[in-house]
Amino acid sequence: MEFRRITLLAGHYGSGKTNISVNLAMYLKTIKEKVAVADLDIVNPYFRTKDSIEDFEKAGIRFIGSEYANSNLDIPALPQELYSITDDTSYYAVMDIGGDDRGALALGRYAPAIISENNYDMLFVANFFRPLTRDADSAIEVMKEIEYAGGIPFTGIINNSNLGDETDADAVLSTLNKAKELSDKSGLPIKLTTVNRPLVPQLNNKIPNIFGLDLQNKIR
Amino acid sequence: MADKVLMKGNEAIAEAAILAGCKHYFGYPITPQTEIAAYMAKRMPKIGGTFLQAESEIAAINMVYGAASAGMRVMTSSSSPGVSLKSEGISYMAGSDLPGLIVNVQRGGPGLGGIQPSQSDYFQATKGGGHGDYHLIVIAPDSVQEMADYTVKAFDLADKYRMPVMILADGTMGQMMEPVSLDLDIKPAPEKPWATTGTNCERKHNIINSLSLVPEELEKLNFERYEKYAHIQETEVMYEEYMTEDAETIIVAFGIAARVSKNAVAAARKEGIKVGLIRPITLWPFPTEVISKAADKAKRFISVELSMGQMIEDVKLAVNGKAKVELCNRAGGMIPSPEQVLEAIKNGGAE
Repeated sequence: MEFRRITLLAGHYGSGKTNISVNLAMYLKTIKEKVAVADLDIVNPYFRTKDSIEDFEKAGIRFIGSEYANSNLDIPALPQELYSITDDTSYYAVMDIGGDDRGALALGRYAPAIISENNYDMLFVANFFRPLTRDADSAIEVMKEIEYAGGIPFTGIINNSNLGDETDADAVLSTLNKAKELSDKSGLPIKLTTVNRPLVPQLNNKIPNIFGLDLQNKIR
Repeated sequence: MADKVLMKGNEAIAEAAILAGCKHYFGYPITPQTEIAAYMAKRMPKIGGTFLQAESEIAAINMVYGAASAGMRVMTSSSSPGVSLKSEGISYMAGSDLPGLIVNVQRGGPGLGGIQPSQSDYFQATKGGGHGDYHLIVIAPDSVQEMADYTVKAFDLADKYRMPVMILADGTMGQMMEPVSLDLDIKPAPEKPWATTGTNCERKHNIINSLSLVPEELEKLNFERYEKYAHIQETEVMYEEYMTEDAETIIVAFGIAARVSKNAVAAARKEGIKVGLIRPITLWPFPTEVISKAADKAKRFISVELSMGQMIEDVKLAVNGKAKVELCNRAGGMIPSPEQVLEAIKNGGAE
């Protein structure tokens, strides 16, 4: 995948945004010199990008997130440092947006700067095994709500359909039709299909743009 | 597999409730159960149901009281401090013989506590919680699938016995995601001739009330209710046994503590240690008899809990002096690791 300067990940909560954000940032660091990852989640006090902060430090990735993340304080605050994502254009950035329209609300204040720079991809993370996005139409409903709340139109789709530990190649393949329908109906390209890395060899020749994920598995 | 979905425990409860015919949800947000309310807010309008965010937990439980009086399948959900607030209304429901589902996705306490998982509302859930002589049926799931399955079961039991039923989960159960089959065992709700649904001038009006000012009558109501409770204790106990047959040490644990303990039991078995697990699924009625029988053979019991040791009292009552009862616990939002439980199996927990 070609990366624009800012890659934003949004979608239904529990669709896999945070995990993909971490993985994309790690990958991006292998092809770009300066990489930052930003946690914009204001709705979920658990399962945050910050869980991977040690990995970011090791890799030399700049992490920007609320000091309240993982503090168990339920405070939806964002750090002023987040403005550096739009101000300092020497960085390639991955932005992890909170789930649903409620989470995307935090994006609003950065949207004008991101849109005027016009060097971004706003990617919709879809998991067709999630109960409220089981088909293209319900996914589009969530998509529209997020665009309305966040103020940035989507430019592409990531198909991250999985059933947790029970995901196998057939499970992923069974969602390709839905992903295509979502792509057709929304007019957006499927940028990536993300799967747990061990599944990549079985799917490599069946799905274009497959991207293997190393799962964050840090239960605190 | 294709018909499975990937759900959070909180979502599984909400969807299962809807499938069970619950069309009324009243609640007030609190971490770590807010996804139940969020899910209901999205789904209820689409199925012609009611989602209402009340002005407080106390208001929400009294709305549950109202909808239950009208014969509806109805629920509320909260986490520990919020359930304390609901306790008055729960007692009123018990005193008015009203069915309904209360979900407690526990967090560390006391007071406002924290947002990490806990099981420290065990006493509150199983010993009444509110005022007066009453019980709730209390069910403790240990997987996202069970969150769905036992939500359906909870509505059935509530209607069958005309009493409130509680799902006692914890932050882990609410937040974790697992594949779930929503092919659930749904039975239609029974007729409710006692409900205040309007007389059509064809019958005497029904009265739902917990006020009873004549002590002789109130005593009679209490005795009748306790006959019902005795019947439930005989017929509705649910538990799981794991490798208990030849076990010299038996762990008693529910919910997330049981999952952790299962790993520890499996690890100990690999080392040749004779240990098993009894997992109470209903915390009230408690599986007293199965533990008592196990105490005829086992030498030692370990109660594994995410609290300062609450269920251990019921384990001790069941064991009744026949074996040693020890505690292996974490509190305040911490979860014991399989290693800690294994250590307790090998070298003993606290007594």
